[in-house]
Amino acid sequence: MFEIGLSHYLTVAAILFTLGVFGIFLNRKNVIVIMMSIELMLLAVNINFVAFSSYLNDLVGQVFAMFILTVAAAEAAIGLAIVVVFFRNRGTIAVEEISQLKG
Amino acid sequence: MIKTLDLAPALPEVFVAIAGLALLMLGVFRKDNATRTVSLLVIMVMAAALMLVSSLGTERHLAFGGLFVADRFAGFAKGLILLASAFSVAMSLQFLEKEKIARFEYPVLVLFATLGMMMMVSANDFLALYLGLELQSLSLYVLAAFNRDNLKSTEAGVKYFVLGALASGMLLYGISLLYGFGGSTSFETLANLFAGGHDHPVKPNMGIIAGLVFVLAGLSFKISAVPFHMWAPDVYEGAPTPVTSFFAVAPKIAAICLLTRVMFGPFADLVVQWRQVIEFIAIGSMFVGAFAAIVQTNIKRLMAYSSIGHVGFILVGIAAGSDLGVQGVLIYLAIYLFMNLGTFAVILSMRQKGRMVEGIEDLAGLAKSNPVMALVMATLMFSMAGIPPLAGFWGKFYVFMAAVQAELYTLAILGVLSSVVSAYYYLRVIKVMYFDEPTEAFDRPVGRSMALVMAVSTLVVLVFTFVPAPLVSSAKAAAAVLFPAGG
Repeated sequence: MFEIGLSHYLTVAAILFTLGVFGIFLNRKNVIVIMMSIELMLLAVNINFVAFSSYLNDLVGQVFAMFILTVAAAEAAIGLAIVVVFFRNRGTIAVEEISQLKG
Repeated sequence: MIKTLDLAPALPEVFVAIAGLALLMLGVFRKDNATRTVSLLVIMVMAAALMLVSSLGTERHLAFGGLFVADRFAGFAKGLILLASAFSVAMSLQFLEKEKIARFEYPVLVLFATLGMMMMVSANDFLALYLGLELQSLSLYVLAAFNRDNLKSTEAGVKYFVLGALASGMLLYGISLLYGFGGSTSFETLANLFAGGHDHPVKPNMGIIAGLVFVLAGLSFKISAVPFHMWAPDVYEGAPTPVTSFFAVAPKIAAICLLTRVMFGPFADLVVQWRQVIEFIAIGSMFVGAFAAIVQTNIKRLMAYSSIGHVGFILVGIAAGSDLGVQGVLIYLAIYLFMNLGTFAVILSMRQKGRMVEGIEDLAGLAKSNPVMALVMATLMFSMAGIPPLAGFWGKFYVFMAAVQAELYTLAILGVLSSVVSAYYYLRVIKVMYFDEPTEAFDRPVGRSMALVMAVSTLVVLVFTFVPAPLVSSAKAAAAVLFPAGG
């Protein structure tokens, strides 16, 4: 029988994490997509933690995952708030328009 | 083995947390604008926390089941962090009131960021490290965008948030790999594993190395080391100037102390694996800091590249991998704190007809219009360039000596070379102040808190050469904590 083991979880997490990183760098549309990519990275890390936790028979990984979920919620709230004030000043959240500061 | 929850070692942090919440309520319930009151109270809370930190003594204490450690290294770092934060709150008030962005949340946010930094330097587990780092980062994202009606400030906030969150993600991915392949998130357990003192010694395999590299990348973001430095100039330029002065000092000190603890705690026996990486980012930071700063015209951007360069020099001390190196890092950080605070006090005083100016050419003729301020700025610039007998020279001296003792000659030579290049742009500031035709004079008076910060930092920079003992010996004692058994 084909069984789903640790390496499968790690592979899925690695793929999701890579997608998240590329979502940030290759994205040319808007900041909301970037925030989704950040969330994707954090969730990939959570898969890693829970898979390792189950594999090692150790609860620390699951506790860590809960903390990450909590902090991710706070991070998303602050990120959205900052994007909203930016939108008020600029009138758009397209990534190309975030270009006042350079040099 | 159930331990009782012993909060005593974390007393300063508990105190700061409760005070922060209380001040938040005070600000909300006061009908009038409470910024001034809350700022003063925040400075008092920081002073009290500083006393609590020093009252903990020199013993090593654990709390929260070993997640939290209070030792001399943490004590030294917390002292620097609290000093930096308190001075920067003191410098901010006047600016915030003049720019009409004085809201009581500002000092409270600085207090929460400070709490996060104190937790970072006391972390003894990757979980505590992550929570401290996030508390600090989340407060800093908001501070960067604090001038919410200003396009540049909010853009700085967006950029800082996106790149900071990316860094946190990488750090976390690294921690998850270390947890999986090392079996624990505790610094002590991991250190034992890598030292081979465990029943099942873990050889540094691919998983561990990948985890180490991800953690290093995440932390490099936080200290703005090359190649993860690109956010720093934009955020420094865009953020309100008092926020920039805060960014340039306290979070940097905290993140470097954290990096030091991680490198010499869990990864102490993997020196061979991480030394090359640290060397690479040290050289990169020193040279990017030196060359990119030459073409800058905005003084805040210049300070961003200057701080990237300083981080490079500090990393030389970490790359040395010895207690001498860590001692050099701590001395450098203390001197860096005062040099930067003083410089930012001058930058915050750059106002013409009530408006903030940020160009380097706006300093022209300062020697004629305000000779004292020009002298302060010149002293600090000479110190940053590392010209003896000023304090900045000794900071570089200690880290390069450690590198030479560790036989990292190439690194030391490249460091000295980049230091020579960076002297160019520091001296250019002095040339503009003393030899260029005066433009418009800056508004006077500069304010009592600015004058105080300028005086204190100039005094420290001048006096360190003659009375180095207090700082050097406490840095030595703090560094010794990370090297148990004389190793």
